[in-house]
Amino acid sequence: MPEKFDVIVVGAGPAGTSCAYTCAKNGLKVLQLERGEYPGSKNVMGGVLYRKQMEEIIPEFWKEAPLERPVIEQRFWMMDKESTVSFGYKGLEWGMEPYNNFTVLRAPFDQWFAAKGVEQGVLLINETVANECIVENGKVVGVRTDRPDGDVYADVVVLADGVNSLLGKQLGFHKEFRPDEVALTVMEVINLSKEKINDRFNLEDNQGCTIEIFGDSTKGNLGTAFIYTNKESINIGVGTTLSSMIKAKLKPYDLLDYLKNHSMVKPLLAGGESAEYLAHLIPEGGYHSVPKVAGNGVVVVGDAAQLVNAIHREGSNMAMSSGKMAAEAIIRAKERNDFSVASLNSYREALYNSFIMKDLEKYKDAAHTFEHHPQYFREYIPMMNQAMSKFFTVDGTPKREKQKQIMRSVTGAKGTFKVIQDVYRAWKAVK
Amino acid sequence: MHIVVCVKQVPDTKIIKINPKTNTLDRRSAPAILNPYDAHAVQEAVRMKRLIKDVYISVLSMGPPQANAIIKKSVEIGAEEGYLISDRAFAGADTLATSYALSKALDKIASIRPIDMILCGKHAIDGDTGQVGPGIARRLDIPPVTNVIEVTELDEKEQTVVVKRKLSGGYQLLQIQVPCLLTVEKEINEIEYSPLPNMLKAARYEPIVWTVNDLEDVDRTQLGLKGSPTIVGKMFTPPKHEGGKRLEGSSDEQVRELIKCLLEEKKELFYVK
Repeated sequence: MPEKFDVIVVGAGPAGTSCAYTCAKNGLKVLQLERGEYPGSKNVMGGVLYRKQMEEIIPEFWKEAPLERPVIEQRFWMMDKESTVSFGYKGLEWGMEPYNNFTVLRAPFDQWFAAKGVEQGVLLINETVANECIVENGKVVGVRTDRPDGDVYADVVVLADGVNSLLGKQLGFHKEFRPDEVALTVMEVINLSKEKINDRFNLEDNQGCTIEIFGDSTKGNLGTAFIYTNKESINIGVGTTLSSMIKAKLKPYDLLDYLKNHSMVKPLLAGGESAEYLAHLIPEGGYHSVPKVAGNGVVVVGDAAQLVNAIHREGSNMAMSSGKMAAEAIIRAKERNDFSVASLNSYREALYNSFIMKDLEKYKDAAHTFEHHPQYFREYIPMMNQAMSKFFTVDGTPKREKQKQIMRSVTGAKGTFKVIQDVYRAWKAVK
Repeated sequence: MHIVVCVKQVPDTKIIKINPKTNTLDRRSAPAILNPYDAHAVQEAVRMKRLIKDVYISVLSMGPPQANAIIKKSVEIGAEEGYLISDRAFAGADTLATSYALSKALDKIASIRPIDMILCGKHAIDGDTGQVGPGIARRLDIPPVTNVIEVTELDEKEQTVVVKRKLSGGYQLLQIQVPCLLTVEKEINEIEYSPLPNMLKAARYEPIVWTVNDLEDVDRTQLGLKGSPTIVGKMFTPPKHEGGKRLEGSSDEQVRELIKCLLEEKKELFYVK
């Protein structure tokens, strides 16, 4: 007779582990399945972990978790071919408790987090794939794994199986992605000595820096690139929506190569040794792509529920919060002994009342706007670079005259009406 | 029938790095795994259990507390019970001291449940000596049968086992009375994908851990570094193989070049003196 649990969590990333941890801590009998050799072995993320949502699950986690550096500086580059307009913020308050966010490497971090769940009583099984949900009388009652005698049952199955949620598709919760709903990101971990990182990024040992790069980093396509500092390595990556890649006939590895050899980037990486190469899909469909998140005996969390805020590069924090909210709904459902969609919908309500869905709602049209109006990345970023160059080049032209010239070059190229229209459209998309 | 499989935690030598200064293995550079030959030994015990049903499989290891992981791995494959002997007194043991400690632990296991057969991998991938298995057999005074590639017959009534041994020019068929000790080659079986109930059992399983005080009749001078006469004289990293000769040109030219090379430079391959 196959065993029955209170909860089966499919996936041991941030969403799954938050959910498993919270359920087990509240006395539920939890089975967690991970397809990789160990948690984190299959997971990819640029590398920023947000303190707030992690702390809500494990207080003062920074005292024991395998973190890289607390981020004390965030830079933004509007990059052209041979120039960049840069702004950012550096604040030492981010370098002390309670911190703002950290750079992390996923393999050690996910293993540590999953081990915290095991300490709470989660039964974690690696190298096991949940092939399908077992559905009886319109209700999910367990999962069928790829192992012999592989059926296992539970009151609730939590789908934390990542962006390409096969189980979510099997249940009809979501359809195949459209190419504009997902981004393909490729990244490399480049080993570089601590001293070189500190020198090149103007940091102390326990300080980190993140750079988000727009414009020529994606050859003007919708997407971003990033450079994050770890203790003794750098994460560098770039991603664009699949639809942009298809349209511009870009190959992801070519794009990463282009970025690594860009004159603005190359000196930061010089002498580094490539240690890892990773690629992953990121759900970037936003608000409109979020599927049904609760059903009879089933809830969907994290990337599987498409909970990513692409504009602010937030994902793992939303994953963790959604996992926790799902766990709380399951605990309430257990008290009532009612695992129907009506009962589990308290998770949906919590999700929609939280920052997660509010933020996704705020940016619900942003990706669409920027995808369909490529001028923001293709025209305005180079214009911005030219304007700065012109304004700060000392050549005897009076500054007021320079301002006029700059305005003329912008409106002259596009027409005043077009520029106003573009500004209004961008404002509307992110307001 | 009670089968005990001796297993060892080894660094994954496929990825381990060698410290160029000290010429020793940098054990932090590779994760610890169940010695692959030992995994095949556990799998063979599982196969025998399928053949004659009434088989009980235990595994035994000596190592640091982290060696729990390979005992759990053995439970995934199908072992029922796992014993770990772990004590500072065992540290630094060579094959002589290791086989002594393991034989004492086997005595204790036998007092709980008499042992009919002991299985070992043919050697560990970190030391490559293949001495511990035969060492245990000698100490327990049972026949050692090395390099087993097939267990062809298992007769419960007669208490015999027929095995095939790999030899350099063929194989040898042997019938042995149990109790005996077999060391197995990789080709003896394929490691199966473990059933889910085994995985659940292993995830919950806590091995039985013994210190030196839990073992009986132990001469401590024969344990650990003290009991190890092996002296490592020198360690070095073997030079890398030089790359072969690369043939260039069209395929016709390459074939011509290859034949010329074989006939002139590698004559000894074709002409027997």
